Amino acid sequence: MDVRKLVKMANEIGAFFAADPDHGLARENIALHLQRFWEPRMRRRILLHLDQGGEGLSEPVREALVGHRGRIEPRGGG
Amino acid sequence: MYSNKVIDHGTPARPGPATVTVQIDGAAVTVPAGTSVLRAAVDAGVRIPKLCATDSLEAFGSCRLCLVEVEGRRGFPASCTTPCEPGMRVRTQSKRLADLRRGVMELYISDHPLDCLTCPANGNCELQDMAGVTGLREVRYGQDGANHLTGAKDTSNPYFSFDPTKCIVCSRCVRACDEVQGTFALTVQGRGFDSKIAAGPVDFMASECVSCGACVQACPTATLIEKSIAEQGQPDHAVVTTCAYCGVGCSFRAEMKGAEVVRMVPHKDGKANHGHSCVKGRFAWGYATHPDRIRTPMVRDRITDPWREVTWDEAIAHAAREIRRIQDRHGRDSVGGITSSRCTNEETYLVQKLVRAAFGNNNVDTCARVCHSPTGYGLKTTLGESAGTQDFDSVEHSDCIVVIGANPTDGHPVFASRMKQRLRQGAKLIVVDPRRIDLVRTPHVVADFHLQLRPGTNVAVLNALAHVVVTEGLAKEDYVRARCEAAEYEKWKTFIALPKNSPEALEAETGVPAAQIRGAARLYATAGNAAIYYGLGVTEHSQGSTTVMAIANLAMATGNIGRPGVGVNPLRGQNNVQGSCDMGSFPHELPGYRHVADAATRERFAARWGVTLQDEPGLRIPNMFDAAIDGSFKALYVQGEDIAQSDPDTQHVQKALESLECLIVQDIFLNETAKYAHVFLPGSSFLEKDGTFTNAERRISPVRKVMPPLAGLADWEVTMALANALGYPMHYRHPAEIMAEIAELTPTFAGVSYDKLDRLGSIQWPCNDAAPEGTPVMHEQQFVRGKGRFVVTDYVATPERTSRRFPLILTTGRILSQYNVGAQTRRTGNTAWHRADELEIHPHDAEQRGIRDGDMVSLQSRKGETTLRAVVTERMQPGVVYTTFHHPESGVNVVTTENSDWATNCPEYKVTAVQVVLQAHKSDWQLGFAQAAEQQIGLLPGRARRGEGG
Repeated sequence: MDVRKLVKMANEIGAFFAADPDHGLARENIALHLQRFWEPRMRRRILLHLDQGGEGLSEPVREALVGHRGRIEPRGGG
Repeated sequence: MYSNKVIDHGTPARPGPATVTVQIDGAAVTVPAGTSVLRAAVDAGVRIPKLCATDSLEAFGSCRLCLVEVEGRRGFPASCTTPCEPGMRVRTQSKRLADLRRGVMELYISDHPLDCLTCPANGNCELQDMAGVTGLREVRYGQDGANHLTGAKDTSNPYFSFDPTKCIVCSRCVRACDEVQGTFALTVQGRGFDSKIAAGPVDFMASECVSCGACVQACPTATLIEKSIAEQGQPDHAVVTTCAYCGVGCSFRAEMKGAEVVRMVPHKDGKANHGHSCVKGRFAWGYATHPDRIRTPMVRDRITDPWREVTWDEAIAHAAREIRRIQDRHGRDSVGGITSSRCTNEETYLVQKLVRAAFGNNNVDTCARVCHSPTGYGLKTTLGESAGTQDFDSVEHSDCIVVIGANPTDGHPVFASRMKQRLRQGAKLIVVDPRRIDLVRTPHVVADFHLQLRPGTNVAVLNALAHVVVTEGLAKEDYVRARCEAAEYEKWKTFIALPKNSPEALEAETGVPAAQIRGAARLYATAGNAAIYYGLGVTEHSQGSTTVMAIANLAMATGNIGRPGVGVNPLRGQNNVQGSCDMGSFPHELPGYRHVADAATRERFAARWGVTLQDEPGLRIPNMFDAAIDGSFKALYVQGEDIAQSDPDTQHVQKALESLECLIVQDIFLNETAKYAHVFLPGSSFLEKDGTFTNAERRISPVRKVMPPLAGLADWEVTMALANALGYPMHYRHPAEIMAEIAELTPTFAGVSYDKLDRLGSIQWPCNDAAPEGTPVMHEQQFVRGKGRFVVTDYVATPERTSRRFPLILTTGRILSQYNVGAQTRRTGNTAWHRADELEIHPHDAEQRGIRDGDMVSLQSRKGETTLRAVVTERMQPGVVYTTFHHPESGVNVVTTENSDWATNCPEYKVTAVQVVLQAHKSDWQLGFAQAAEQQIGLLPGRARRGEGG
């Protein structure tokens, strides 16, 4: 998957949820959205990108990926 | 006109609780108060002769044929204009009445050609019938007096003719155009003997006529008649079915001769359309038997190879082998499928079942991805259900109608006519659209506000409207307190009241004067029943889902959800977009909008289907393209969609399709996507199969087979064969059995069955024990999710920005006569109205570039360029240009970008930064397209260079 595109998509998700004044909830909702709507290979790729430095990721998204990694990592085969 | 086998009640129904009992020819009949004597007589089984009356139009009282006698009254009142009164005693037959009626008929016939035996209306002519009913035996005046028997026939319309020599000037056509369609294209010109029907100074094609067919339907003679009737003769039977065009889902009588359609006539009892139609559904059905239909399965190894015609068994076996080969080599998740909004619920259900149960993954998506996926997300999040809240009839109770990012007179014309009827009755209108769509100013309708915003600023405008509602104390606090989540409301209220959301703060961004926003917000909040209707101008943006939620916020805050006349109403683009979404076509949802991670639901499906189901979401269509290009997605089964034409960033789509090892396309034509296919499975049109469609008001309507599938199999049978070849058994004998399975597994469909559909005609889901006959208006007592949820909708500007190089914004849409990618309508007479996509540009922008109306121009974006003909028009605002995507050679999606809605990846078709310059020649892409199209046609067996194949 084109990681630049995934970063852009993730940042747009982040921009929506980051409007919530509850920052903790915003990060959780970003992670929840990725878990519910992103296919496992997309989630794996963005997490790999995070592990490689996460260039281009907005802060809310980076924090969501780090703080809720367990939720975002695909279950089993996927 | 309607078939004379259909009962005409003479005047419209007058529904209401109060009743009146009258005696008609000695028989008592009880009718709703306000019912005409003419209609009451029909209820009593008595047919009073009539000509100028018909039950789709208000009574006019001009023909003097429906005269009756009323005991205790003098004279002979017209029964069409006489309302029933308690105790009234009516006599419909007497010597005096017979003489009067015969005298009237004698006058009519004295100025009518006596060519009944060769007349196209022979056998179905009200004038002929009335001559018989009244016992006309001679015309004492002869045929040689002054008459109208020499007028020239107007054959300019591709579908119907107008023969003034047969006209009796009953004005039914004029009234149909005014009352039903609301176009006011026809008029009675002249007075007395000189009176004649006119469609403008030239002819029908040059007039304002939109070819809806209402006048043809209303005509009691052969004056206005379908050319198909003139050519084929009268039908011998009729089958009620559902239109396969837009999301209004009109009910039609397919009038047939054997297995040939003679004409499609809107069904009077159709609950979505109440007997009205548009040019597409009424007339543009000829594509179903067009010579371009592919009738034999085909396979090839490479997309540059010639197609080989094979048997169904060979094609299905080949497709199944390829899918399994690819899965063995690249993994279970390397394949997927796309369901179609043009196919039935049952077919869509089967494709997603095939992907989930036989492919073993959730890589299924549908074309709603590129239109209304944000509706699904936004309404589910806020209200709890991924569907519109109202039925179409609801608009009759609206005091204020808001139309956002929709162009109903073009996209949903039959519903637009209903809407215009309500507007002519006095409902207020707010239009939010970058273009001056027709609804802004149309006969007897003028929008109270036209918020002509800059494309991409929907959320800003909606936030500004909500800001006014909240800060001016117009919110319905008691409604919100009772029905919505309090904490979320307070959070939203605080957010929306921020100065950054005020109309004044956002004026520079949206381009809408703050005073207009304030006026519109006050009107919406205080009008009484206020309803919002929206279209793809809302969803096809980078903030599409945010906009849908902002609409829901506004409706909840003003208490405008949960009763007739209000609500949030997505106008769905294709006939079965709602249904395809309901049926579990999204990669994260099983039928009934339940997430694949929901273990209880998943287990229920797994147990019924006899497989283990994945609990992770699959790939969406744009993700499939990306995965194809990166090499992890290798095979795709596409039923009834043309992603190569309809999806944005064409070059990217083409590259993805070229990357696939196996593309299986099932379609009625060799569409653009099929040019990249390895297996072609011939599809069946809506006339060739049984099933159901679900329209924008959640109405499930029957689709009925009126002719055998041209290629031998209906689409559901093809999917079933593919599943069986993959080793996953499917053995449905009829789509009714598929619906039974859907009902068994989907709570909102639990009460739906073919028997009930036959009995009720159509059903709006949810249909279950709580609502056994369906649900016209949702969220009446409480929201489906329990408490309505307000969502903070911060405005985020689209990443697509204008620049010196690309200073204009392109927005795209549809027009009345064409449908979606045009595969159907381009193969009909509708091309008379729209032969090519054109670029609308404001005079100021055109002048700056030296562009005159009709010039060829190059439309250029960061993604690509294409050449179109320019139309200079003040419908556009300066800085914004517009075009449609109905013709593949236009290459409009060569220009659009990969930007998409943050939540759903719905493409941002509505905002592309572009430049427009004079250019006489076609773009490189267009030249390449033409060459490739010719090559692909050359690869078809026996059809080389026959012309366009897709």
